[in-house]
Amino acid sequence: MAATHTHGAHHEHADHGHHDQEGLKMFGFWLFLITDVIMFATLFATYVVLRNNTAGGPTGEELFNIPIVIASTFILLTSSFTSGLAVLSMQQGRLKGLIGWLAVTAVLGAAFIGLELYEFVHMVHEGATLQTSAFLSAFFTLVGAHGLHVTIGLVWMIGLMLQLRRRGITPVTERKVNVLSLYWHFLDAVWIFLFTVVYLMGVM
Amino acid sequence: MATHNKPAANGHGHEAHGAGTHGNHGSLKSYVIGFVLSIVLTIIPLVAVLGADLGRTTTMVVILAAAVLQFAIQLLFFMHLREGENARWNLMSLLLGVVILVTVVGGSIWIMTYNTVAH
Repeated sequence: MAATHTHGAHHEHADHGHHDQEGLKMFGFWLFLITDVIMFATLFATYVVLRNNTAGGPTGEELFNIPIVIASTFILLTSSFTSGLAVLSMQQGRLKGLIGWLAVTAVLGAAFIGLELYEFVHMVHEGATLQTSAFLSAFFTLVGAHGLHVTIGLVWMIGLMLQLRRRGITPVTERKVNVLSLYWHFLDAVWIFLFTVVYLMGVM
Repeated sequence: MATHNKPAANGHGHEAHGAGTHGNHGSLKSYVIGFVLSIVLTIIPLVAVLGADLGRTTTMVVILAAAVLQFAIQLLFFMHLREGENARWNLMSLLLGVVILVTVVGGSIWIMTYNTVAH
């Protein structure tokens, strides 16, 4: 391509423009994640301020099931790693590896959501609902917002796997995988703070 | 993104895959290191809270430090904060986000701890 001057240069130029667009889209998604940081910051602030206002209802120490939370944490950490392996497969041009690792990530994400739903149902069953106390309102809002993010990520991941199967690895699907993986790692980072601030400090 | 960094070395961007010399997006080694570190940084606060008896303040410092380090690991090893053509912009927007985060969380705790006038 370098040999054919005019044509080559033209192609490179077009390619270049397209490439910048994909880079800009990545940055746009990064900005979305920053706004998500700000949203979670307000939810964390609300939770921290209200966490002792149990209104005679159950406290975190009585409610939290630490073994389940530990299992969820390791599941999510592992899924962050497997989504990284998916991106690595993509960079090596291995479509099967990419879809395979995304599938593993999705299964781990689904397991995480399953454990969270189990925890929520169990708590509601014991009379700890959204309306019980300010502490529980803040708890369900904060942890639920994260769970909703993970659920959206799961739907997105399944959609992307179907698209990858049809279109293969193109510059556009490549950017989509990079963006999804960014989103997934970000959710893992948010969970670490949930784990620390809500659960570990809750049972301290 | 990353391939764009060295346009002189290979004229066209995306076709550079397959080569496997894609150091910019992290390698298997960096992912494994990041994963192991994140596991270790999860076990440390668990032991601090459930196992060891360190006293309240020390425990708080240990688990918060582990969480912040864990966040840094996600950013550096998995989210490739330092790489790509927009690395500087990413970092700047992240810093802005962190400033707002610290203000909102710190400010809320501050005012709710010391608002004795209201009572």
